[in-house]
Amino acid sequence: MGGAAHWWLEVVLRLVVILGFFLVVPLLVGQMEHKAMAHMQGRLGPMEAGGFHGWAQLIADGVKFAQKEAVVPADADRTVFQLAPAVALLPYLVALVVVPIGPGTQVGVALDLGLFFVLAVMGVGVLGTLMGGWASANKYSLLGGIRTAAQLMAYELPMLLSAASVGMAAGTLSLSGIVDKWQWWWLPWQLIGAFVFFVSGLAELQRPPFDMPVADSEIIFGAYTEYTGLRFAFFLLAEYAGIVLLCLLTTVLFLGGWHGPFSAHLGWLWTVLKTLVLSFVVIWLRVSYPRLREDQLMRFAWTALIPLALAQLAITGVVRVL
Amino acid sequence: MTSELDRSAAVEKGAVEKSAQEKSAADPAAGRGFPGAGLVKGLATTFKTMTRPAHTVQYPDQPPELPPRTRGVIALVEENCTVCMLCARECPDWCIYIDSHKETVPAPPGGGRDRTRNVLDRFAIDFSLCMYCGICIEVCPFDALEWSPEFEYAEFDIKDLLHEKDRLREWFFTVPAPVALDPGAEEPKEIAAAQKAADKQLAAQKAAEIVALADTGTDGEAEGEG
Repeated sequence: MGGAAHWWLEVVLRLVVILGFFLVVPLLVGQMEHKAMAHMQGRLGPMEAGGFHGWAQLIADGVKFAQKEAVVPADADRTVFQLAPAVALLPYLVALVVVPIGPGTQVGVALDLGLFFVLAVMGVGVLGTLMGGWASANKYSLLGGIRTAAQLMAYELPMLLSAASVGMAAGTLSLSGIVDKWQWWWLPWQLIGAFVFFVSGLAELQRPPFDMPVADSEIIFGAYTEYTGLRFAFFLLAEYAGIVLLCLLTTVLFLGGWHGPFSAHLGWLWTVLKTLVLSFVVIWLRVSYPRLREDQLMRFAWTALIPLALAQLAITGVVRVL
Repeated sequence: MTSELDRSAAVEKGAVEKSAQEKSAADPAAGRGFPGAGLVKGLATTFKTMTRPAHTVQYPDQPPELPPRTRGVIALVEENCTVCMLCARECPDWCIYIDSHKETVPAPPGGGRDRTRNVLDRFAIDFSLCMYCGICIEVCPFDALEWSPEFEYAEFDIKDLLHEKDRLREWFFTVPAPVALDPGAEEPKEIAAAQKAADKQLAAQKAAEIVALADTGTDGEAEGEG
């Protein structure tokens, strides 16, 4: 009886920690985006909220979103429309459960098929956008949704191929197993794969320069056009949660996760640090590059990323056999 | 236009040619050296900008640095105004209101006759109409109007933008001193004229001294030595 209670307590504790991570780190990345983007553009960004350099800006934003009216358009498919933000947001939370932060037991659930699970669940997140785009009864939303679908189709393949390359290299699909096997020379070995994975992940999250589905200058805000209030905030949160998950996965798969000095004690810190640095790169790319046109977007996926991913698979295979 | 044609051509041609086309298309973007140099340059630019101080000013906390001769608001020196009405008549918007009455100044004790002068009762500028052309300031013959850099006089009601002479006088105290001239600039007319007069006076004085010396002759010299 006591043993059973202990087991429950541990599960609850793990889930609470993961939920906390899920709620805090995306906001951290969002705040970093506010400030880093502002400074990269010669501005200061938020300076008032919270007193010190606008640290509470996103909390203020959240309060504002909560106060707003949640409008559902008259012609919208109500149930699907209302469900979409949750479908967009929750998969990232679920995926986070199996990603190891540190060595040993510092993972929500050590799943043997972790890599497979994470990639499958991440793909579901995009469905939320598709649902929103379809259910909004708005031509811009629909266009955005269709663009999202096209982008998902194009970029899911290189992402899976490059992730498969790491799985092949490690000989396991368990995320903890992959990090355990990781050596520093995997960095040059899997360099192409890392690039392909990161870039196609960005495209799947519709982050600039791959933000054609939400291109505000042509289709308002794509699938999110009709959303207001908390539902809209959920979509935004999903975007940042997606950034965190993508950076976390890139860290775990390609940058050696918790490996680093004092990794026995501070492994989780290394993972978080690498994740935050990658998140900064995501923001940096957003500020530096203009949006790719739809045809450029497709061409880049099919003529650049997929051949590169296949080349990485070949390289991985050859080195493994040797 | 040409790039569009290139693209459509590339779609039709084979894969080998397509990659060659892409390379040639990428070359001008890269500018010099290896492909992707432009991408790296973009990243470097944004990163450099991030490390430098921001261009913006935290306005309400930090007053802006306004250039001299800022056209903020029009200020009035009531004493200089002779109610000549030039400003009111030149104003393209008719936004200056002037009321006055005539007053008789009695003759001075030495004799003469009584004189009349204009006394300013009301001087108001409607800043909801004013277009800040500055013609009133240009035409004022007695420098009764000046530009002040003060700009924080927004109101909640447009009617409150009609400001009377006491408010215009307050703004006069915010008029900065005239800006220093550019190096090598021509002297202001007043200073040039005064300098000319002073030079003339000095020359006359010197000439008078020389004449005096010549007149007294050796006696004068002896006196001077003694």
